[in-house]
Amino acid sequence: MNLLGKLTWSAIPFDQPIVMGASGGVILGIGAVLAWVTLKGYVPYLWREWLTSVDHKRIGVMYLVLALLMLLRGFSDAIMMRTQQAVAAGDAQGYLPPEHYDQIFSAHGTIMIFFVGMPLVIGLMNFVVPLQLGIRDVAFPTLNSVSLWLTASGILLTNLSLAIGEFARTGWVAYPPLSELQFSPGVGVDYYLWSLQISGIGTLLTGINFVTTILKMRAPGMGYRRMPVFCWTALASNLMIVAVFPVLTATFAMLLLDRYLGFHFFTIDAGGNAMMYVNLFWVWGHPEVYILALPAYGIFSEVSATFSGKPLFGYRSMVAATMAICILSMLVWLHHFFTMGASANVNAVFGIASMIIGVPTGVKVFNWMFTMYGGRVRFEVPVLWTIGFMVTFVFGGLTGVLLAVPPVDWQVHNSLFLVAHFHHVIIPSVVFGVFAGIIYWFPKAFGFKLEDRWGRRAFWCWFIGFHLAFMPLYVVGLMGMTRRLQHYDVLSWQPWLLVAEAGAVLIFVGIACQVMSLVVSIRGREALRDVTGDPWNGRTLEWSTASPPPAWNFAVLPRVTGLDGFWAAKQRAHATQGEPAQARAYAPIEMPKNSPIGFVNAFFAVVTGFALIWHIWWMAAVGLAGAFAALLVFAFRDEEEVEIPAVQIAQFEAQHAEVTP
Amino acid sequence: MNVAVTLDEIRPDALPIASEAGPPPKRIVVAYGFWIFLLSDIVMFSALFAAYAVLVRATAGGPTGAQLFNQGSVAIQTAFLLASSYACGLMSLAVGAQRRDRTYAFALVTFALGAAFLVLELREFAGMIASGAAPQRSAFLSAFFTLVGCHGLHVTAGLIWLSVMMVQVAVKGFRATVQRRLLCFALFWHTLDIIWVWLFTFVYLMGVLP
Repeated sequence: MNLLGKLTWSAIPFDQPIVMGASGGVILGIGAVLAWVTLKGYVPYLWREWLTSVDHKRIGVMYLVLALLMLLRGFSDAIMMRTQQAVAAGDAQGYLPPEHYDQIFSAHGTIMIFFVGMPLVIGLMNFVVPLQLGIRDVAFPTLNSVSLWLTASGILLTNLSLAIGEFARTGWVAYPPLSELQFSPGVGVDYYLWSLQISGIGTLLTGINFVTTILKMRAPGMGYRRMPVFCWTALASNLMIVAVFPVLTATFAMLLLDRYLGFHFFTIDAGGNAMMYVNLFWVWGHPEVYILALPAYGIFSEVSATFSGKPLFGYRSMVAATMAICILSMLVWLHHFFTMGASANVNAVFGIASMIIGVPTGVKVFNWMFTMYGGRVRFEVPVLWTIGFMVTFVFGGLTGVLLAVPPVDWQVHNSLFLVAHFHHVIIPSVVFGVFAGIIYWFPKAFGFKLEDRWGRRAFWCWFIGFHLAFMPLYVVGLMGMTRRLQHYDVLSWQPWLLVAEAGAVLIFVGIACQVMSLVVSIRGREALRDVTGDPWNGRTLEWSTASPPPAWNFAVLPRVTGLDGFWAAKQRAHATQGEPAQARAYAPIEMPKNSPIGFVNAFFAVVTGFALIWHIWWMAAVGLAGAFAALLVFAFRDEEEVEIPAVQIAQFEAQHAEVTP
Repeated sequence: MNVAVTLDEIRPDALPIASEAGPPPKRIVVAYGFWIFLLSDIVMFSALFAAYAVLVRATAGGPTGAQLFNQGSVAIQTAFLLASSYACGLMSLAVGAQRRDRTYAFALVTFALGAAFLVLELREFAGMIASGAAPQRSAFLSAFFTLVGCHGLHVTAGLIWLSVMMVQVAVKGFRATVQRRLLCFALFWHTLDIIWVWLFTFVYLMGVLP
């Protein structure tokens, strides 16, 4: 028996300069950061305050850091593909060989959905939801840390595939029979499957955690009709996570059984049914779009209300639309494969259901517009992203209604028209939304605002770059260009793809502006400092506590008497100005104790995943045993909570003069 | 258990609107979260059920369910599992009364019946594989082994969990965390019953219909 399974030196692609250069750069980068952290003596601090933290705010920040790093990776993949397609026309073959190009488009999709989109929205939900609900942490803080680190494990495994072995060449959906052992004998699909299984467990646990938090852990007085819209969208998103991620887990488990034990779920022989995979995949996949998009809609709602100085227009219709989308999203999965060969009636049902989703979405767009209408809109950077989103997204949505018509879909199925459409809806909603959210809540997290000018430049580069990059794809799609082409012979496509390349470069400039914005803001943070805790004149409870909030969030749980609780409190405070402030007595607070279980568990998850990918069975057993042992040690610990003394709370509150009455 | 007692203590006029009452005690939050987890587990099983339904006729010339399933053995398995759940219910009562001896006794019965269920299931699997009806034979058998095997894996996990919990009761006594975990275990164990009832109906009973 081979001790290292399928792993040999030939797994490292020494002959491919691009791959070796990229992985060398990544390893150098990580090595440099680790060396710097160690030399500066930050390791104990990082371990104590961050890696083992169960504080929802820190976990949220770590999710966002991971996601933004992966956004850089996913974007490099994107610009490599754009460059390849810009040059590989006619006789030119471009610079990427087909087997490498195939890995890049698979990695791009996988990373952008699972390791950028998901951690971005989960990170923001982590940071914001407990603060908006007026509570001290999520329902299960330690489980939250486990979720974070399982996501990180999946990310690490996916990136390992760059240097050791290969990634899937099947596209990010990994349809069988192509993804079966017969046609993909390498470790690429296994990297894909195990990374997503591990991070998928993390996501499911997040879903359970947040559904419980939002349904059970709201501050006294915060009934469902008083919950901020972002929390409603987070609820919808997490309900969908709980409802559909187990389907993805089951589906991937079936494909794994096919690949590892010779089962016949999706094979082309012995009765396997590949279309079943496609159905099951999209039973997860379509709600996934809304898992990402709904929280972003929540952000747009918060931003448009705050910066217009008005309550959100049509709060109840917004909530109804959110929950309608939550349900409808699970009834449309078949529109991803109208060409499967289902009967015309089946296609018609799913086509109509898909179009109906346009109705609640339209309600939302009108609500945002009416929120701004008649308001004193402050054109801060988050508002730019919001308006940019509305303008762009409406058109993306319209091409979606086109695609929902089965005969039209048959014509443009798997063409670049489709690629243009889904980027046209996902990027404005998720990416623009999260950028708006990050800029909006940044002062709450770190105590200073992001500066303005680089933020505006970043927006315009992204906004114009986005349209340059994706509008031409509609055209070449209609001209017949299919997706995932490494090379093409039709020279009339090339000018359009050159324009798209220019757009990608402009987006790159936008990303550079965002990095600049961060650097400039951190350097000039004293000038950008927010001492009030309420830099935007906000409406919801997160602005009622200090920036950054203390570990316990609220010294006394707020009592909520209506929608936009903090706004109402500020109005009351104005009315009673001049009355002497009452001295307050604080009670000690029990907070959950930090725990290394998430980090340790993730370490063993990576060991197990890596071992399974490379068929190193003894190592897989060690990894599983390690994870189990860690869980036992955790289950037998004696202290689960630490008490924060009232004196400490009183001191903190005295330093941060409160705005709330 | 002591739910009824707790309810009696609340004065009816002091009841706030449920959704505005603020965070409930930890025991309720934990059980609620565990219910959500169980629902997600049921969703996972539903995907496996769907796969089984799609592939049940895809026998690829191999044996069918009617030829393979042994009703007698499955009936005994069902009896074991349901009885195990009953014992688990008695254990919950013993935990509520904080009686260690009874807790151990009923946990032992729960464990033994669950283990007997597993032994019978493994014997059924071994027999099928020996007769050439392995999961690699056809899509139907792949789906069958995965669906039933997944339930079996859950039962195995439950047995390990129960053993760990008994050690915790011995070492830590009936402290709040231990009680909450035992409550979650009981929910888990009963859920496996529900899934087994569906399995029994859709796989074993409907599988032998002409």
